[in-house]
Amino acid sequence: MLDIKGLHADADGVSILNGIDLTIRPGEVHAIMGPNGSGKSTLANVLAGRPGVEVTQGTVLFEGKDLVAMEPEERAREGVFLAFQYPVEIPGVSNLYFLKAALNARLKHQGLDELDAIDFLVLAKEKMKLVEMDEALVHRAINEGFSGGEKKRNEILQMTVLEPKLAILDETDSGLDIDALRVVAGGVNSLRSPDRAMLVITHYQRLLDYIVPDVVHVLAGGRIVRSGGKELALELEEKGYGWLNGDAA
Amino acid sequence: MSAPAWLEDLRRQGGEQLNELGLPTTRLEDWRYTNVAPIAETRWTPGDPRKDGVSRQELETLCHPVFACRLFVFVNGRFAADLSTLRVGTPEVAVHSLAQVLEEEPDALRGVLGEQALAKERAFTAWNQRELRDGAVVRIPDGADLEEPIHLVFLAEPGAEPTESHPRILVLAGERSRASVVEDYVSFGEGVSLTNAVTEIRVAPDAELEHVRFQRESADGHHISALHARLERNARLACHSVSLGGGLVRNDATVTLLGEGAECDLNGIFLGTGRRHVDNHTTIDHAVPHTTSRELYKGVLDDRSRGIFHGRVIVRPDAQKTDARQSSRNLLLSRGAEIDTKPQLEIHADDVKCSHGSTIGQLDPDALFYLRARGLTEDDARRLLTRAFVSEVTRSLRFEPLRVRIEEQLVELLEGA
Amino acid sequence: MSDHTAESFADREYEYGFVTDIEQESLPPGLNEDTVRFISAKKNEPDWLLEWRLKALRRFQELAAEDTEPTWARVDYPKIDYQAISYWAAPKKKLESMDEVDPELLETYAKLGIPLEEQKHLAGVAVDAVFDSVSVATTFRAELEKQGIIFCSFSEAVHKAPELVKKYLGSVVPYGDNFFACLNSAVFSDGSFAYIPKGVRCPMELSTYFRINAANTGQFERTLLIADEGAYVSYLEGCTAPMRDENQLHAAVVELVALDDAQIKYSTVQNWYPGNKDGVGGIYNFVTKRGACRGKRSKISWTQVETGSAITWKYPSCLLQGDDSVGEFYSVALTANHQQADTGTKMIHLGKNTSSTIISKGISAGFGQNTYRGLVRVQPKADGARNYSQCDSLLLGDRCGAHTFPYLEVKNPTATVEHEATTSKIGEDQLFYCRQRGISEEDAVSMIVNGFCKEVLRELPMEFAVEAQKLLGVSLEGSVG
Repeated sequence: MLDIKGLHADADGVSILNGIDLTIRPGEVHAIMGPNGSGKSTLANVLAGRPGVEVTQGTVLFEGKDLVAMEPEERAREGVFLAFQYPVEIPGVSNLYFLKAALNARLKHQGLDELDAIDFLVLAKEKMKLVEMDEALVHRAINEGFSGGEKKRNEILQMTVLEPKLAILDETDSGLDIDALRVVAGGVNSLRSPDRAMLVITHYQRLLDYIVPDVVHVLAGGRIVRSGGKELALELEEKGYGWLNGDAA
Repeated sequence: MSAPAWLEDLRRQGGEQLNELGLPTTRLEDWRYTNVAPIAETRWTPGDPRKDGVSRQELETLCHPVFACRLFVFVNGRFAADLSTLRVGTPEVAVHSLAQVLEEEPDALRGVLGEQALAKERAFTAWNQRELRDGAVVRIPDGADLEEPIHLVFLAEPGAEPTESHPRILVLAGERSRASVVEDYVSFGEGVSLTNAVTEIRVAPDAELEHVRFQRESADGHHISALHARLERNARLACHSVSLGGGLVRNDATVTLLGEGAECDLNGIFLGTGRRHVDNHTTIDHAVPHTTSRELYKGVLDDRSRGIFHGRVIVRPDAQKTDARQSSRNLLLSRGAEIDTKPQLEIHADDVKCSHGSTIGQLDPDALFYLRARGLTEDDARRLLTRAFVSEVTRSLRFEPLRVRIEEQLVELLEGA
Repeated sequence: MSDHTAESFADREYEYGFVTDIEQESLPPGLNEDTVRFISAKKNEPDWLLEWRLKALRRFQELAAEDTEPTWARVDYPKIDYQAISYWAAPKKKLESMDEVDPELLETYAKLGIPLEEQKHLAGVAVDAVFDSVSVATTFRAELEKQGIIFCSFSEAVHKAPELVKKYLGSVVPYGDNFFACLNSAVFSDGSFAYIPKGVRCPMELSTYFRINAANTGQFERTLLIADEGAYVSYLEGCTAPMRDENQLHAAVVELVALDDAQIKYSTVQNWYPGNKDGVGGIYNFVTKRGACRGKRSKISWTQVETGSAITWKYPSCLLQGDDSVGEFYSVALTANHQQADTGTKMIHLGKNTSSTIISKGISAGFGQNTYRGLVRVQPKADGARNYSQCDSLLLGDRCGAHTFPYLEVKNPTATVEHEATTSKIGEDQLFYCRQRGISEEDAVSMIVNGFCKEVLRELPMEFAVEAQKLLGVSLEGSVG
């Protein structure tokens, strides 16, 4: 589904990614780990198309199409979803309204019928139960006054409603306690399916106990220096990132 | 003792501007609440030094606390060497009377004096420029770090005739310097006076300056002041305006942030008692990106006094990342008192954080009740809360004795009212 | 005015021995006593009203001589030659078909979702006699009359309810109040009149659209709405279709009177067509809008959504005279391209325990300049007055400007007045977040702008709110990025 070849990218003019090759097939869950500054978030931002991040070399194909050529909203409608590390607040716009607009944009793009307000509310309530989110929050403005945990849960809620093909989770576990982590992971896991792929970006191994990956990659200095099964994550936890330096190609 | 040509030009221009503009009337937007007819219609004379004038002893009592090392006294706008303490201790900080500098270093202030004060638009400044003779020149050298404030006292000593004085104060804070300058305005003796003071401040890169204007003239004293400050890169200016006295008072302060990283903090407290009229106009001009301003003005109006606060914050196009907060809080204590505020924002750049707030009201009834429920009388409770109200403004004053003195005076006046 | 009426006054002689040939359809440019008499005669007005107009004219001439045009608003406009305007013109000739209408205008109508018949009406195209006579308007009026509600054009009201008009006309905005009110009082052509009797809640929103238009409305309109004790009325002014007019000068006067326990809600949605991309040829809109909360516990709310540009001088005000009366002002003003808006309100607290709320949202895009100018005045006897004002500006782009000039004048120590203003922009992060969820940048901006204006939009009656949102969307087009 996702085919990255020789990707080099700059963020705000600084070279961060220095040659990434990565292939993700439908149904797979890949984890990306790495020390701070290794380029994890930049990779996520390149895939989502954040302004300020520029691809200087290489290709990214999503279902055979050139992802880099698409505008961010196009990518979203095609089925790319980024769960932000720091979700932004948007006062005055309610969560409910926003999510309905997003879902309908996707449905329309797919040539399907849009949902009206009532049908959508039913769907939203169902999904909110899944992520154990207080129903009242859906009427509040996007992330306004939400705690860190609530914001992350909101991201996952959106994911369950939008049902993306490729879900990129950018350090979704940062700032969460065990209970919140369990709930968030539950929501993510409920979306695992043979048609869906996930890219889980994390600094700590802990999340991967809950969202068990098929493949683990280690990112360092803007390149993938090591790939392996889920045991790799445990090894890293034990030995720290420094262990890899000797192996960095 | 002829004045240099450039000075004569300045004076002449001042006179021309004054004639052209005339003193402001209430038809001008900036003077809509303040009628200066009492000043315009009085015949003023410059006050000559008197034999039975104030003694050093009396001065110290009036101007307590006195900062022994640096006290510079001006009577009716003229430097009074006999009352001042010239022993500075360190030769670095140069404080001179303007008259002396103009005589001994005729070209030193050319292009500096009058550079910021725009006589073109302001009649009172033009008038001061026409009478440009004496005042203070404070030059703080690069890197200097002064613990004690420089205390400039401007004493209005009116005679039988209404007396005018037009002091001009120039403060040049050198790079990386740190200092405090206090302008103290007091009255001595009976009679009608007019103090028309203009202050020009330049804060060089990385310098930090605290400027305090402490005005406590008599009820027969008219006080018009204009302050112009220019901040360079990373400069910091904290301005405190404490207006406790005078009959007809108008304070203008204009701060221009010209260098990135500059910060200014404008604080003001004004007290109205009797029939005092005190009008405060401030302008903060964010001319370049990455500058910060904070403004807090508090007014307490009692008896039949009237207070005005007009605060203008301008953010020029391209002055991105400006951070400007302005706050005006006012207490009205009696039926005959009046407050008019106009907090004004003019924003031309979009990536900025600007806000202002203005409240007018009374002491918080919940707080009053709480104190009374703990045993304080209503009067005591009111006093306590009023004191707390004003201390928010004074607490950032660097020099403790000064802060304490100002707070004491404030409370004295409030309780006496 | 029907031909019949005109005929019967063909030879009327006036008190001062002046005879007007009111058979003529229009007046040449110029303003003098004859002009006023002509207008009054054309409308068959009683003497007391003619007298009132003439007093206003004389005062206007005095003011014009003193050269005292108001300068409260900081707007620039070229000097107006009052003698070069015609104060009564023949009704505009209707266009034959839609083909004659400016296609840009039609495009805007379409975007705003205005039905075709209505489009024709707005564009001045001759409509079926059927549409006109069996108009929705006539049906409504019958409904209203059953409850004793009078809603008609001002000219009609002069004949239908003269005691009411005489009692209240000029009671909120006296003819000498200001320069433009003076002009209006002398030469006003028509406007709306409504009277809601005691205890009656007007069952529907009254709208200018449903008022049968007499000739020459729009230029010097005079509106008077009276809500008697316990009455309620909601009035809608304007429409989202762009206002185009060859008449550059509009000087209207709106007077609202609310008696004990009465409530008047006055909503305006207006799209001022700026003329051309550079803002030249806009309309000068000088309106004096004032509501008097005469009665105890009365309430007057002004809600407005305005886009585009006109040189405006328009400050809907409330005189809070009755004890416990309430005044409200909710406003959204959007300026893009080179437009200017100068808007605001005046709340004057006179009675005891009065309160006022001001929520003003300004949105500037492109090179637009948005100014809020407001006055809150608490008079010495206004014990217990409370005011809360919130003025927020949203800047889209770095070449536009937002200015707030609030005046707070308090002369009573028991008053509580609070004013806050903030400035913000739409963050890059916010836009990216929306786009990553599949929402286009334009839709995202629209969404956020609507969120910004929510507090104001929800004060509008439902259909108006929907129209207003559409209007904001259309006006924002092309002004971001």
